[in-house]
Amino acid sequence: MIRFSNASKRYPGGHDALLNINFHLEPGEMAFLTGHSGAGKSTFLKLIALIERTSRGQVLVNNQNLSKLKSRNIPYFRRNIGIIFQDHQLLFDRSVFDNVALPLIIAGYPRREVGKRVRAALDKVNLLNKEKAYPITLSGGEQQRVGIARAVVNKPALLLADEPTGNLDPELSRDIMSIFEQFSQVGTSVLVATHDLDMISRLPYRILGLKQGQLVKDTKIDTMQGSIS
Amino acid sequence: MSTPNKSQRTVRFSLITLLKTYLLRHVQVFFYSLGQLLRHPFSLFMTAAVIGIALALPAGLHVLLKNVQQLSGEWDRTTQISVFLKSDINEQRAHTLQQQISRFPEVENVHYISKQEALDEFQRLSGFGDALKALKHNPLPSVLVVQPLITLDEKNISNQLIKKLQQIKDVDIAQRDEQWIKRLYAIIDIVRRGVVLLSIMLALAVLLVIGNTIRLAIQNRRDEIIITKLIGGTNAFIRRPFLYTGFWYGLFGGFIAIFLVSISLLLLNGPVTQLTSLYQGSFNLTNISFMTSTTLLISSVLLGLSGSWLTVGRHLRDIEPR
Repeated sequence: MIRFSNASKRYPGGHDALLNINFHLEPGEMAFLTGHSGAGKSTFLKLIALIERTSRGQVLVNNQNLSKLKSRNIPYFRRNIGIIFQDHQLLFDRSVFDNVALPLIIAGYPRREVGKRVRAALDKVNLLNKEKAYPITLSGGEQQRVGIARAVVNKPALLLADEPTGNLDPELSRDIMSIFEQFSQVGTSVLVATHDLDMISRLPYRILGLKQGQLVKDTKIDTMQGSIS
Repeated sequence: MSTPNKSQRTVRFSLITLLKTYLLRHVQVFFYSLGQLLRHPFSLFMTAAVIGIALALPAGLHVLLKNVQQLSGEWDRTTQISVFLKSDINEQRAHTLQQQISRFPEVENVHYISKQEALDEFQRLSGFGDALKALKHNPLPSVLVVQPLITLDEKNISNQLIKKLQQIKDVDIAQRDEQWIKRLYAIIDIVRRGVVLLSIMLALAVLLVIGNTIRLAIQNRRDEIIITKLIGGTNAFIRRPFLYTGFWYGLFGGFIAIFLVSISLLLLNGPVTQLTSLYQGSFNLTNISFMTSTTLLISSVLLGLSGSWLTVGRHLRDIEPR
């Protein structure tokens, strides 16, 4: 689903945010991306969502070489990725329903289809009763679940989450993670950037560790060391 | 593509459904942008009023010019020829001449103004009454005012008439005073060109006003634009509500302009009628016509659309997710 080959990102000014990353995420696989702030987690996700482009090396998503993707095709590419943000990035001037419907409206889905899918997505995050509410009236955890519903509403093949539990207490974080697990179980690839090592160490998923722009830990490779190298 | 995600790729809708959805979406955004504007009626009114005033100025001048042209057109057709008789001829001879000329086929009628009548009128209107009394004899000639037939439009025919009148014995000068009409036309030409220049400048001003308003609107919705880009919104999708906003500003501005022009002309009509009645004429200002109003509305809307198009195109490129 995602393949980094010797991918590097150097920002203008000479700061190397990522250095020679090699990494492969299988379709339907779920993985956590960890590291201190500044280690390159955000840049990692930005390269996948084409918010930034690699300076060297390649990133392939869905067998599509991102360095060859033209700028005007980026919107269509992003429609296959669901992105979840730490600060939810909801639109506060419209209802929960309208927020979740936005990706479908953008993609030009017919009205009937929009209603059906939005309710299905809200159902998955247990917010069906809040569709008419405005985000401002919701709690932090509920807002994050609206964000997740919006990310999954058009059934993307890949979910990216940047610190989705950053502002939530452990119990709510656990809820959010279990939602991700459910999507991974039905075949969606999930990549979650987080610094909540405590929680993810108790989960049976692959963990990637970034340090100063380099991939210093990959539980999958560590356990299968012999077979890879 | 991996198998678990097939569902996403297999979703296909018929072309008709997609087209219908697309049009419906346009209609929604059309009214959504209106709704957004109506949430802040005061700022909508302010911007629309600026546009309206800027457009009312050239439009109003245009309508006034049309009126002047219409008026001068009438004058042109009804130009009279003044035939000044030699000063030494008597009343009787003048009457004979009057009858002779009125029998010309190209003449509608002839009005005789005797020396004395001319002097009386002059005394009455000029205010030099006492000074004129000091004169030993009347210096004014008798005049025959010849009214050519209305159908006598062509210049050479009326010139022939003048020549014919000139040749009559006892006629001093026959002249059609068209010099002032030529001057008037020259002035109208200058004013018309001025109105065109003014229109261009004010159209630019309207573009800038709308551009600036849209720029502020874009800045206010910066977060929304970024989010929309992150979840796959194309530039066209993001541009759409702003374009319609420009459309609405243009439309409201156009209506305000029409309103301002109509009101101004209504207010001017009274004094103008009074003025023309002083010249023994009757003239009513023609108000802004349906054609002019339509043109004004269309150009106003086009200015709104292009103003926002130019701004949105430039600013959307700057707003990218970071």
